[in-house]
Amino acid sequence: MQQDRPMTRWERFKDNDIVWSFLHSPGAIVAATITLIAILACVFAPLIAPFDPFDPAQISLWDGKLPPAWIDGGQPQYLLGTDNQGRDMLSTILYGGRLSILVGLAAVCLGMVLGVTLGVISGYVGGVTDAVIMRIADVQLTIPGILLAILINGIGRAALPLELREEFAIYVVIIAIGLTDWPQFARVTRGATMVEANKEYVQAARIIGLPGWMIMLRHILPNTLRPVLVIATIGLALAIIAEATLSFLGQGIPPTTPSLGTLIRVGNEYLFSGLWWITFFPAIALVVLVFAVNLLGDWMRDALNPKLR
Amino acid sequence: MTDLLQISGLDVDFPTRRGTVHAARGVSLTVQPGEVVGLVGESGAGKSTIGNAIIDLLEAPGRVSAGSILFEGEELRGRSEAEMRRVRGDRIGMIFQDPQTSLNPLMTIGAQLVETIEKTSDLRGSRAEERAIELLEQVGITEAKARLRAYPHQFSGGMRQRVVIALALAGDPDLIIADEPTTALDVSIQAQILDLIKRLCRERDLGVIIVTHDIGVIANIADRVAVMYRGEVVETGDVAQILGAPKHEYTKSLIAAVPRADRKLERFSSVDYIEGGNKPFERIDIQTHWLGASRDNRGTGKAIEVENLDLSFVLQKAVLKRNRKMLQAVDNVSFTVTEGQTFGLVGESGSGKSTVARLIAGLYRPDAGTIRVLGQDVSTRPNSAAAREARRALQMIFQDPYSSLNARMRVMDIVAEPIRFYRLTENEAETRRIVGDLLNHVGLGAQAALRYPHEFSGGQRQRISIARALASRPRILICDEPTSALDVSVQATILNLLKDLQQELGLTMLFISHDLPVVRQMCDQIAVMRHGQLCEVADAETLFKTPRHEYSRHLLELMPSMELLGEA
Repeated sequence: MQQDRPMTRWERFKDNDIVWSFLHSPGAIVAATITLIAILACVFAPLIAPFDPFDPAQISLWDGKLPPAWIDGGQPQYLLGTDNQGRDMLSTILYGGRLSILVGLAAVCLGMVLGVTLGVISGYVGGVTDAVIMRIADVQLTIPGILLAILINGIGRAALPLELREEFAIYVVIIAIGLTDWPQFARVTRGATMVEANKEYVQAARIIGLPGWMIMLRHILPNTLRPVLVIATIGLALAIIAEATLSFLGQGIPPTTPSLGTLIRVGNEYLFSGLWWITFFPAIALVVLVFAVNLLGDWMRDALNPKLR
Repeated sequence: MTDLLQISGLDVDFPTRRGTVHAARGVSLTVQPGEVVGLVGESGAGKSTIGNAIIDLLEAPGRVSAGSILFEGEELRGRSEAEMRRVRGDRIGMIFQDPQTSLNPLMTIGAQLVETIEKTSDLRGSRAEERAIELLEQVGITEAKARLRAYPHQFSGGMRQRVVIALALAGDPDLIIADEPTTALDVSIQAQILDLIKRLCRERDLGVIIVTHDIGVIANIADRVAVMYRGEVVETGDVAQILGAPKHEYTKSLIAAVPRADRKLERFSSVDYIEGGNKPFERIDIQTHWLGASRDNRGTGKAIEVENLDLSFVLQKAVLKRNRKMLQAVDNVSFTVTEGQTFGLVGESGSGKSTVARLIAGLYRPDAGTIRVLGQDVSTRPNSAAAREARRALQMIFQDPYSSLNARMRVMDIVAEPIRFYRLTENEAETRRIVGDLLNHVGLGAQAALRYPHEFSGGQRQRISIARALASRPRILICDEPTSALDVSVQATILNLLKDLQQELGLTMLFISHDLPVVRQMCDQIAVMRHGQLCEVADAETLFKTPRHEYSRHLLELMPSMELLGEA
């Protein structure tokens, strides 16, 4: 139906099929809510968390290894118990999750920018450029992602002077995961680009005389972003897991500023002493976060795929 | 005697999130044995919906909400899926538009036929096979026995459609519903398939419903016609009466919009029944307006010169040259387009006519030959400044209005793109004013600038494409099948617009089409192409009256007969 006046941005947003599909899919709403709560809780950790786990003044070794509040010996101010150094588990999880999400987002962004750029160029220019870029991606895909991340991470750490290692560990992890991620983005973008490049609006732009970079940037790129968005969401979950794995292996974020993965690793050492909560709660937090993000990605893939509707 | 099929008061609803769409309202229709009934209408008229409703194959969420469908006196509504499946195979046959997708590519023709025969009759094994051969022979497939072992991809489009017809006949039905059975086929094959359907109808005393948008098809095959418009049957009657002396306003404008093959008209009259709200063409003072600026050295020189053009595509890659499979898409083509004229390029699909257009536009590079645009060679050094400059004088309008506009850009930005890129205006305010003028000029109104392409219909989108092409202030316009994706009444308005613009701006047009009547209405000169080669170049009227090349004569003979059409 056409109206007499053009729709405002808000009306167009409400009219959008994707928004409509979202509001009619309970799973997606739950997943989005959990993700949103998790992200907000982590971002505002300094405001919400009862303690600051990085402030030595608030930590007392005497309170170390306390069980959750509802178990005998637990103390009410430590809802989920404390770790071996006497840090409040709930606070550490919030701060840790913050780091995990930050690393995940940054790594996905890096992989996305790299992959989408190379993918569009590969799909639009074609020929030798395409062959070289895609073969590199193929070779990289034959190596398990986590191995590659460990490798890049190791090289990155070794390249840094000793005193900077802890400080820059987080950036090294981001780069390591981002560099492992790009082939997915490149492949999807390349495919979408090749479809778009044959459409008549691109031919029209070529006839107008626009240079290649302008066609790629203004015409092709905006039309390839849908599948990229899906991969980015699922990629976020994978990146969070990758960071946790690196940290669990002791290759990632140092224990002084722990991420969820580091927490799980530290707790793992105490698991057989019966101090299960040090590893259990961070693990649950990780699973819930990844599961919610994955659900969201799954819904998005269905909603954004015109063939499935 | 009961009617073979009697539909009365049929309503079909599609509940959607934006409210219920009434795809059919109060439709009544009867079909007798041995009769071809044409259901004609433009896109969205609900004609396919009727066909699908009869056999209960409405796409979800569509449903029949009122009325009755009596087939040989029995009500078809409310039957169970199992019962309907028997009716569909045994008593009502279907022929769909695209023979590509209505056959299973992984099964041989024989296996598909035998499967259907065994499902609908008592014949088994070799008896069913014999019957399959018989059916193939009936639909005009020679060496039927050998061809049972062939797969669909080994058949041409027309042959595949014959197989589909054989499949529809397999259950020995009394009624056949053919939904756009020839739309995906070339004209020469279209005529054969229509003859076949008509012959089968007479021989077997079948009732046939033929759903189509094409008046030419109706004129050739139908005995009676029902005209549909926005879900309603507006007029039913004998084919001669409907085409020759239509009563309803809509039918009148529909018939008037059909391009005449028999003579050239100045413009199409009274065709604005559907796309209402298009303003009449307003002339602008070309001397003072921006559109007319920088239009020096106009004359009757040569706009496009093409000499010995060759281009082949690689079908199968190989390292060694002799192992590659090549397709000679354009083979030694030469012609000249005089400035200010409309030059038609005609041919069936695969004749290379669009490839020639894309070569001229610079989208492909020729293997050999030269292309000159306004005297400037653009093929030897296509990226030189002079070649680029010459190409700016050339713009193109594409076939598919849905993919020729970037869905993520506002109409404003789409049309303004060439203006901004070449800095054709002093400032942004002037750009906006000119885009508004352009949109007004093509009949959309300046308000359209703020919308996105998906808010427009196919014809309106084509107008946006035209506005975009004009924004470069071109002197040559290449139109690649600009109206073949459009409804006939919309086609007429777009063709009128193109004619007006050409006259006003003195444009040279290269008009590519498979549709001879359209070409006759538009062109001064016509070139006929086949298999990448040019058969004949002649003045339009000369070609239609005295075609010299054998293939041109063949094409002209295949044009749908317009005898029944009255003086519109």
